[in-house]
Amino acid sequence: MIRLTREAIDYHALTESVRDPHCGAVVLFLGTVRDLTGEQVTVFLDYEAYAPMAEKKLAEIEAEVRRRWTVGEIALIHRLGRLAVGDVSVAVALSCPHRGGAFDACRFAVDTLKELVPIWKKENAPDGSGEWVHQCVSASREHQRPEKT
Amino acid sequence: MTLTVILFAAARELAGADSIAVELSPGATAADLRAELAQRVPALAGLLARSALAVNHDFADDVLVLRPSDEVAVIPPVSGG
Repeated sequence: MIRLTREAIDYHALTESVRDPHCGAVVLFLGTVRDLTGEQVTVFLDYEAYAPMAEKKLAEIEAEVRRRWTVGEIALIHRLGRLAVGDVSVAVALSCPHRGGAFDACRFAVDTLKELVPIWKKENAPDGSGEWVHQCVSASREHQRPEKT
Repeated sequence: MTLTVILFAAARELAGADSIAVELSPGATAADLRAELAQRVPALAGLLARSALAVNHDFADDVLVLRPSDEVAVIPPVSGG
């Protein structure tokens, strides 16, 4: 299951929803809003998405996880809009027969989400200034550099 | 052909618009669109060089040939999760 939402994420219900009698391991990852990035204080974040493509990429991640690991159930939810420090921005929950697969699959899902899903955050400082977070180069653009081939 | 390029995050702020209409010749590629966009909106050029392009909700290589019905977006380096 994948979803974009503007509501607070009920990660307790999400965790319950992926439990499976064939699975002995359940892993939940929560991304939470921090108060500091380096020395820069954040008072709130704004998340925006290119929704149809973000949903497509989340669905592709789910499919890839299911292809690589034996998964009982998996759920990926990302929240959009204005979030306060401490709020949950993203939740990934899944169940696997054993803990090795569960940890590895969750790690892969989160890492891939952070690399490929078209969602951006804007960090807003106490003085009212805000800055979109764009690391050096888009991962997708990196793959096209001549030196990578 | 005229393609409307959707902008997000800092790209939108630099351009001062949610989208930009770009005129391209038939058979133009994603690389051609980049060049045209950078020329149309010089303030966007720096971020554009570091950004991906999406065509119909998929990341596009520079060699991709564009069609009039394509949905194109500038995808600055993402920061979700």
